[in-house]
Amino acid sequence: MIDFSFTILIPLLPLLLFFVLGLTSGKMKPVLSGYIGTLGMFATAAMSYFVAFQYFFNRPAGAEAFEKIVPFNTVWLNLTDKLHIDLGVLLDPISVMMLVVITTVSLMVHLYSMGYMKGETGYSRFYAFLSLFSFSMLGLVLAPNIFQMYICWELVGVSSYLLISFYYEKPAAVSAGKKAFIVTRFADLGFLIGILILSYISGTFDFVSMTDPQGALITQGTPLTFMGLSALTWALALIFVGGAGKSAMFPLHIWLPDAMEGPTPVSALIHAATMVVAGVYLVARLFPLYYFGAPDVLTIVAYTGGFTSLFAAIIACVQTDIKRVLAFSTMSQIGYMMLALGVSGYGENHGLGFTASMFHLFTHAMFKALLFLGAGAIIHAVHTNNMNEMGGLRKYLPITHITFLIACLTISGIPPFSGFFSKDEILAAAFENNKILFFVEWAVAGITAFYMFRLYFNVFWGKNTNYKHTPHESPLTMTLPLMILAFASMVSELIPFSKLVTSDGLVLHIQTEWIIVIPSVLVGATGIVLAWLFYKKESAIPDKLVTTFATTYKWSFNKFYMDELYLFITKKIIFKRISQPIAWFDRNVVDASMNGIAWVTNKMSDSIKGLQSGQLQKYGYVFISGVIILAFTFVYVWFK
Amino acid sequence: MDFLTLFVVVPVLTIIAIVFTKNMKQTRLVAAVGMGIQLLLAVALVFMYLAERKAGNTSEMLFSHSYVWFESLNIKYNIGVDGISVAMILLTGIVVFTGVFASWTVEYLSREFFISLIFLSTGVFGFFISLDLFTMFLFYEVAVIPMYLLIGIWGTGPKEYSAMKLTLMLMGASALLLVGILGIYFNSNAGGGELTFSILEISKVHIPMAAQRMFFPMTFIGFGVLGALFPFHTWSPDGHASAPTAVSMLHAGVLMKLGGYGAFRVAIFLLPDAAKEMSWFFLILTGTSVVYGAFGAIFQKDLKYINAYSSVSHCGLVLFAILMMNRAALNGAVLQMLSHGLMTALFFALIGMIYGRTHTRMINKLGGLMKVMPILAVSYVIAGLANLGLPGLSGFVAEMTIFFGSFQYTDVFHRVLTISVAASIVITAVYILRVVGKILYGPIVNKEFLKLDDAHWYERLSTGLLIVGIAGIGIAPLWLSDMINESLSPIMHQLLNVIVK
Amino acid sequence: MLSQIPLSYFLIVSTLMFFIGVYGFLTRKNLITILMSVELILNSVNINFVAFNRYLYPEQLQGHFFALFVIAVAAAEAAVAIAIIISVYRKFMNIDVERVDTMKH
Repeated sequence: MIDFSFTILIPLLPLLLFFVLGLTSGKMKPVLSGYIGTLGMFATAAMSYFVAFQYFFNRPAGAEAFEKIVPFNTVWLNLTDKLHIDLGVLLDPISVMMLVVITTVSLMVHLYSMGYMKGETGYSRFYAFLSLFSFSMLGLVLAPNIFQMYICWELVGVSSYLLISFYYEKPAAVSAGKKAFIVTRFADLGFLIGILILSYISGTFDFVSMTDPQGALITQGTPLTFMGLSALTWALALIFVGGAGKSAMFPLHIWLPDAMEGPTPVSALIHAATMVVAGVYLVARLFPLYYFGAPDVLTIVAYTGGFTSLFAAIIACVQTDIKRVLAFSTMSQIGYMMLALGVSGYGENHGLGFTASMFHLFTHAMFKALLFLGAGAIIHAVHTNNMNEMGGLRKYLPITHITFLIACLTISGIPPFSGFFSKDEILAAAFENNKILFFVEWAVAGITAFYMFRLYFNVFWGKNTNYKHTPHESPLTMTLPLMILAFASMVSELIPFSKLVTSDGLVLHIQTEWIIVIPSVLVGATGIVLAWLFYKKESAIPDKLVTTFATTYKWSFNKFYMDELYLFITKKIIFKRISQPIAWFDRNVVDASMNGIAWVTNKMSDSIKGLQSGQLQKYGYVFISGVIILAFTFVYVWFK
Repeated sequence: MDFLTLFVVVPVLTIIAIVFTKNMKQTRLVAAVGMGIQLLLAVALVFMYLAERKAGNTSEMLFSHSYVWFESLNIKYNIGVDGISVAMILLTGIVVFTGVFASWTVEYLSREFFISLIFLSTGVFGFFISLDLFTMFLFYEVAVIPMYLLIGIWGTGPKEYSAMKLTLMLMGASALLLVGILGIYFNSNAGGGELTFSILEISKVHIPMAAQRMFFPMTFIGFGVLGALFPFHTWSPDGHASAPTAVSMLHAGVLMKLGGYGAFRVAIFLLPDAAKEMSWFFLILTGTSVVYGAFGAIFQKDLKYINAYSSVSHCGLVLFAILMMNRAALNGAVLQMLSHGLMTALFFALIGMIYGRTHTRMINKLGGLMKVMPILAVSYVIAGLANLGLPGLSGFVAEMTIFFGSFQYTDVFHRVLTISVAASIVITAVYILRVVGKILYGPIVNKEFLKLDDAHWYERLSTGLLIVGIAGIGIAPLWLSDMINESLSPIMHQLLNVIVK
Repeated sequence: MLSQIPLSYFLIVSTLMFFIGVYGFLTRKNLITILMSVELILNSVNINFVAFNRYLYPEQLQGHFFALFVIAVAAAEAAVAIAIIISVYRKFMNIDVERVDTMKH
């Protein structure tokens, strides 16, 4: 084992880049900041690969389980006598894997943006924000304690906000950013309260001691209960709320489709590959705690994931904005990962779901980033997001077309691409554990193939729309990342995940279950064929279906009116029913009573101020009358 | 002369120097130099304090001196500092210094303006160094009175009304406070010995319970009004809205902290038994402040009103944490005072700068400012993010410390309060992002705005310094939090005695 | 001859004068008239001084002296008062006490 303490540089380098690019923004030549950002990210990625190689493959002989290493840790703030917040680095299989995912996608996005964002105002600002995001995300996955995770959690939230509202002159982008931040912030409140409870029970923030299956927290639990459930269950459920918010699980998903207002590379990096899987990562990080401490919550995780994946897949079938289709697809795939965690066991060959989830996280990051970057290239070429205005693009954008097709096949679970293997493992894990969820996911796999190929055929085949400008292939800076990611999507199944990333660090033995593989390939193929029938050429079938299932279509097209529901809650209830009355109450009751005191004082003085007229003659009159009265009284009393 | 007295002498000398200046340029230069020296002194004090502590000086108050100035009543000019007052002095130094730059272009009666401003700061500095109740009260009044002139003369909008309201409410509070202080004074000989105003001496005697019950609410509310305690907070929105920029900065940034500091140093420290007993009632009030202020802010349309309500919420959190009375929460309270002082000063400075350019503070008349004044806009975003508690900026550190401190209580009452108070961070996000989205982002709503210029050097200096302070606390809070922490020992000792009984 | 007139006659005259003065002081609005009323009051006092001195302590002169003092002070006062009245008149074109009220508000 080598000394890993240099890993602290992995998050710090992007932070440095953020300060450099942020402070020189507007003064430096935009192109230069692009180069600096990309090179910096390249260095970070190189370090991460080195760490991954050393961690996974350069192990002392005879080492069995992967250790959790904390090569760097420093006290940041003392909260109470026992509790202190540390900042540091934790290396274990999942964090090292995430390092690779994040730096790879981030590097690709940096490279891609050099072409995509060329000539945009705020080019260096864009790179500064990307660096801030990379820093926060790397800090999040490397966090050795839950509080550092929370810190970085908030920071990725704000980077996401800044990047979604990157085109700040566009009102839609601004409100989308606001929505994303507030919805996730609301979920983060759950996370925070969860941390409060958890740290109170365990007296520590430290992941290693918290999740140790032989540790005090898991073996002894806590005697504290609230409303019949143990405090640990509450804490973990609330923490899951935070994770669900970030990972756009139903019903906290509403921010993700809107977040597509941001620049497309941002959607690829943040809203497809890295930040949105933070919730999955959080559950995976605390997995032993969930599994031993609160199995009920794990069931909730599984059902939430399952429901979200179905829900989002249905919506994705009818959306027309290509980025929104991809956004719903992301939700659906993250649902898969959550479900896999939810149905997973721990250790001794029961941890298939865990491994599958992490595997799918990895492959999904690659192919979804590829899909988004491909969508970016398409949008870049035709200047619209609406797939009804596209068609026949395979001639104009050959590289994009091929890479996009690979991505579509990967997400549809067609062998031999990586998505097939990861999805298959998830289905196997679900099959073992919960048959209902298995069937749901099996159906979702078909729907996924359908909507992805609907998108694919609509964009690259079908009617030839007359474009104002002939679409042309993107520059190399944009196509190169596409090719690299396509390659990664094809070959990532070669990474032996079952040996490297497992719930307990030991090797997991998997058998291929043909009873699952065959139906899953079949359902994917069916989806593709249906899409081919409906959308390859102009066909009347889709319109007919729309008219037959008019209500379902309308509900699905409007995303089941979730946005409207939230709008109702925020606008009508919080704004109109709480905030406005409070503002009114403050002005007209609290303040008015203060003013009322002043008014009473004023009136009292008003009623007696006539006595102090300032007229000497009146004073004299009173004075002399008084003297005379006194004099007479005196005389009367004296001489009586 | 001892070092601490310099904090009172330098402003007075600056005022004398300003009297002899001839025009605005000279005046502001003299003011800037004077307050610059003051800031340097404050920084020096921090280093001297840390050095002294490192050298092993463990006495409760450092650099203390005592001069009798009214023998028969045993009133002393008794000064000294601990980690908390050092931090507050540093805060005041920064805010006053930046305040001078924020009012760089005050032309109307500029000499009188700066004299009042610096006079006010004298009161604040004096308040923080005093260890004698009477001297403390005196400096408190010195700080409150110039406020009336500053708002009444240099303010905007219904300034006479606001100035009057603010001053009367604060005066009403100080009347309560005076009674409370006298009550403490006349019970300070409980252990035999003579009556005294000295905080340290009083803390050693046990004031009879009956007296504590009577005077704790008086002192707490007396200071609480200054800290915008619900329902006595309504001076704050009107006062801030009418006050000129520097005055808003100083008022929200520092003067409101006098309330928190006083409640901590006098009400809790000297009357701990009653504080324990009655805290539930005031916790409800302050908890209401926090949530109520945040909700109130959502609906406002004037930038300064939004900030004033936000201050109600954040200062409510200070008082809330003080009433929690454990080490972490108290530490958080002091951190929150510093954090809120810096960020609200930044906010008001920026609002003043935006108002100075656009001549409006109504959010529906502003829009797209990011395009025309990027530096000011970015600073505003940073202030906003600090306000909503983003990690890496000061607000987060303070809020987290408070929440963790308050969560140490195991009973349902405290837990529920803590969680509802923690919920305010979501509401804060709502109103901050609403403002940022409306005024900075979006298209430019008014063609006139295109002609506006970005920050001048003095404005950059003032916002830059405040941002450095906010980020400094946010990134490396450990030294500050430790400095405060070890100064909490005496008060913790007091409170522990109560629990034992 | 003088001794045939009893002291009370002087007192009655001076009392009348005093109250006429007081009445004028309280009811007149014109500053000059008010000043004249004040003079009446002062003179009624003078009469008392002189009369009491003559009837009660004929061998002493303090009462006379005091009356002379009062006359001198009254003269000074009249001079100052009239100066003020003139400048008030110049300022307001008016010497009505109820209308010279700028300082009041």
